[in-house]
Amino acid sequence: MASHGIKDQVAIVGMGCTPFGERWDKGADDMLIDAAHEAYASAGVTQDDIDAFWLGTMGSGVSGLTLSKPLQIDYKPVTRVENMCATGSEAFRNACYAVASGAYDVVMAIGVEKLKDSGYSGLTGSRPPSDGTDSSLTAPATFSLLAPAYAHKHGLDEETMKEVLTRIAWKNHKNGALNPRAQFRKEVAKETIAGSPLVAGPLGIFDCSGVSDGSAAAVIVRAEDAHRYTDKPLYVKALSFSSGPATGALDPSYDYTTFREVRTSAEEAYKQAGISDPRSQIAMAEVHDCFTPTELVLMEDLGFAEEGTAWKEALNGTFDLDGDLPVNPDGGLKSFGHPIGASGLRMLFECWLQLRGEAPPERQIDSDRTLGLTHNLGGQPGACVSFVAVVGSEVG
Amino acid sequence: MRGIIGYGTYVPYYRLDRSKITAAMGAGGGRGHRAVAGYDEDTTTMGVEAARNALRGSTVTPSSIWFATANPAYLDKTNATAIQAALDLPQETWAVDAGGSARSAEAALLGAKGTPGISMAVVSDLRTGNPTSNDESNGGDGAAAVIFGDDQDAPVLAHTLGFAASTGEFLDRYRLPGDTSSRIWEERFGEQAYLALAEDAIERATKSANIGMEDIDKVVIAGLHARAVRGLSKIAGDKLVDDLTGRIGNPGAAQLPVLVASVLDQAEPGETILCVHLADGAYANVMRTTDAIADYTPFATVESQIAAGSDNLEYNLYLTWRGFLDREPPRRPDPDRPGAPPTFRSEDWKYAFVGSRDRSSGAIHLPPMRVSMDGGAVDDMERIRMADVPATITTFTVDYLAFSLSPPTVAVVIDFDGGGRFQAEMTDVDPNEVKIGDRVEMTFRRLFTAQGIHNYFWKARPLAD
Repeated sequence: MASHGIKDQVAIVGMGCTPFGERWDKGADDMLIDAAHEAYASAGVTQDDIDAFWLGTMGSGVSGLTLSKPLQIDYKPVTRVENMCATGSEAFRNACYAVASGAYDVVMAIGVEKLKDSGYSGLTGSRPPSDGTDSSLTAPATFSLLAPAYAHKHGLDEETMKEVLTRIAWKNHKNGALNPRAQFRKEVAKETIAGSPLVAGPLGIFDCSGVSDGSAAAVIVRAEDAHRYTDKPLYVKALSFSSGPATGALDPSYDYTTFREVRTSAEEAYKQAGISDPRSQIAMAEVHDCFTPTELVLMEDLGFAEEGTAWKEALNGTFDLDGDLPVNPDGGLKSFGHPIGASGLRMLFECWLQLRGEAPPERQIDSDRTLGLTHNLGGQPGACVSFVAVVGSEVG
Repeated sequence: MRGIIGYGTYVPYYRLDRSKITAAMGAGGGRGHRAVAGYDEDTTTMGVEAARNALRGSTVTPSSIWFATANPAYLDKTNATAIQAALDLPQETWAVDAGGSARSAEAALLGAKGTPGISMAVVSDLRTGNPTSNDESNGGDGAAAVIFGDDQDAPVLAHTLGFAASTGEFLDRYRLPGDTSSRIWEERFGEQAYLALAEDAIERATKSANIGMEDIDKVVIAGLHARAVRGLSKIAGDKLVDDLTGRIGNPGAAQLPVLVASVLDQAEPGETILCVHLADGAYANVMRTTDAIADYTPFATVESQIAAGSDNLEYNLYLTWRGFLDREPPRRPDPDRPGAPPTFRSEDWKYAFVGSRDRSSGAIHLPPMRVSMDGGAVDDMERIRMADVPATITTFTVDYLAFSLSPPTVAVVIDFDGGGRFQAEMTDVDPNEVKIGDRVEMTFRRLFTAQGIHNYFWKARPLAD
């Protein structure tokens, strides 16, 4: 028994992505309609051409009806999936497998989240009835555990650690400023970031991703059919998913400076895609920068930097738009915003633009590399799910 | 011979400097400090802590628990059951409440003493009163547990020589259920009633003990009626034991056993102690310490707990904790109430902090798991209670956003001595003082109350020196 991957068997031939942000004027239904129809137009298809749908949403609806009702889909299969903050990627992964299996010719993966109707700060969600002993920590608090642990392990003083985290937020805001679909489209001064009110541990409000509404969608077909829809399809090279035993908070050998789930999912994705040195082979990466220390740790877990060096690389600009390996060129969760179910597909949307040379010129990456990576995480350090995809503009 | 074979007390961490009341309100307050239960404590959790201290200083297992308080966390539902569960005592234990009045302490003490076998009285109180009232400044919070048994169970530390009680029906203090403050009749009225009742009880108690006042070495006088207590003190002269009101306030129902414990903490063999309690009558107990008291070391003395407290509590925080001031809640959903069936299934974990240990690999799982994280063995676990195991902080954070009755929430990842890791909330700590490597111990607390359900669970607190 083994995992084989589906390298170059399916391709994305059209995508759509709504602007993310506080969309007081749009409901989840509206955003699904907007993203789906943008993707149909992008692929040159109509809704009737789609054989099956995968809808990702964490809490903006249940069942396939959440999609089939607003879109008035006529009696087609719609599967609703959920995998915490990696929900959008999970919708995409399952849609790809359906095409690769031969079950369908044309499918759509679509994600949506309407977070700003709750009236609460941060993320909320309903849990099954419990014994009341589960941790009540908020997401920023659980991810903030990474910061002191990383600093302690690699000998950074508090000031340097804060500088590194600030640099990551600053970079993602700078990228987001060039993105008309992003929630935050302004550069933010480092002093403002560093001086923002504390949310959890050393994390200020600017270390946190934007709580946001939005939707994104992809049309997926068999690779051999792709050129019927577009001259520039995006081939799926790797899809991997890792759901951990969630023992970080139980296991004294876990040190809160890594995500084991990310390491295993990255390793699997590189194996599927035939990547031996991601740092030199990948043109750009969209990673799950839910909080600044997450992006820092991910650079090491994804193999973009040696263990204990990501902080230096972040300070040196390795992951800047014009750096050696641009990370989150669209602004990332930090500045594009994080509507849970949509985020994984939003990451693919940036690969779609960048690898096809269709990003706005001011943020188009100039690279002869043809591979893009998306990384999507759900949960918290020590107890998470991790998704890695590799897509490319060429077969082989 | 039957008598006291062990005891423990609990004085909460926080102290309110009474002058802060005067400064804020222009009235009330006074000198000295009162002990204050944390925002996450109630009479049940303080009772658990006192009982844990009693059992950690002993080798016995009680077969019954008599819990008394004037401020029960639940009505209708027994509170002693949570104490029985938190102490990981077996189902055969008989746990029962005596509640409502300060006098219910006597029911717990005499009930436990009179119940065959090893029996523990747990008395706890959390005293509230209107801002600027005498009850606010002179009240105190705390608990005590007294274990009774026979010589064959454990060495008896003190036994009763003589006992008598009297009862009077008169309006001294009274509180309607649900009120946060008691009403008090003119003090001079209660004083005359109490003095007559006390003199009668003391006379009969000493007589039944066959001793005179001159044979008594120490006199403890407890009671919420300060003027009557003061009036009666004249009979004690220099034998009177400090009632600690200046340093921790008067913990109501718990005052009598807390003061008895403070005497036993320092007692020599052969001391004769008269213990008087004024509460809707008088209780007079003449007891004598045995030689065994010399070899008994309490897990934590009253004095050491008073010394370990923090007197930095601000009055506005005190008022908030006791529900007299409502602060703006965070823009977060209210916490969910715990479900009764999941709570029932996880009683060992939630109440007793019992995890599971893989028999083959030794890996400790907190919470308990059926499948081992180390090797994957299925259903090959043994239970392991971690409530009394110290731990060290591995990493931590301060959550400014999470729902809390007293934000911010301090969260720590802790590694227990001998294995086992847990992510806990931390309490009784200044968020700015937490460091990796700090030592902690577990404490039983009330995390929050949602839809009428108290969510009890364990937190970490700094390890006492």
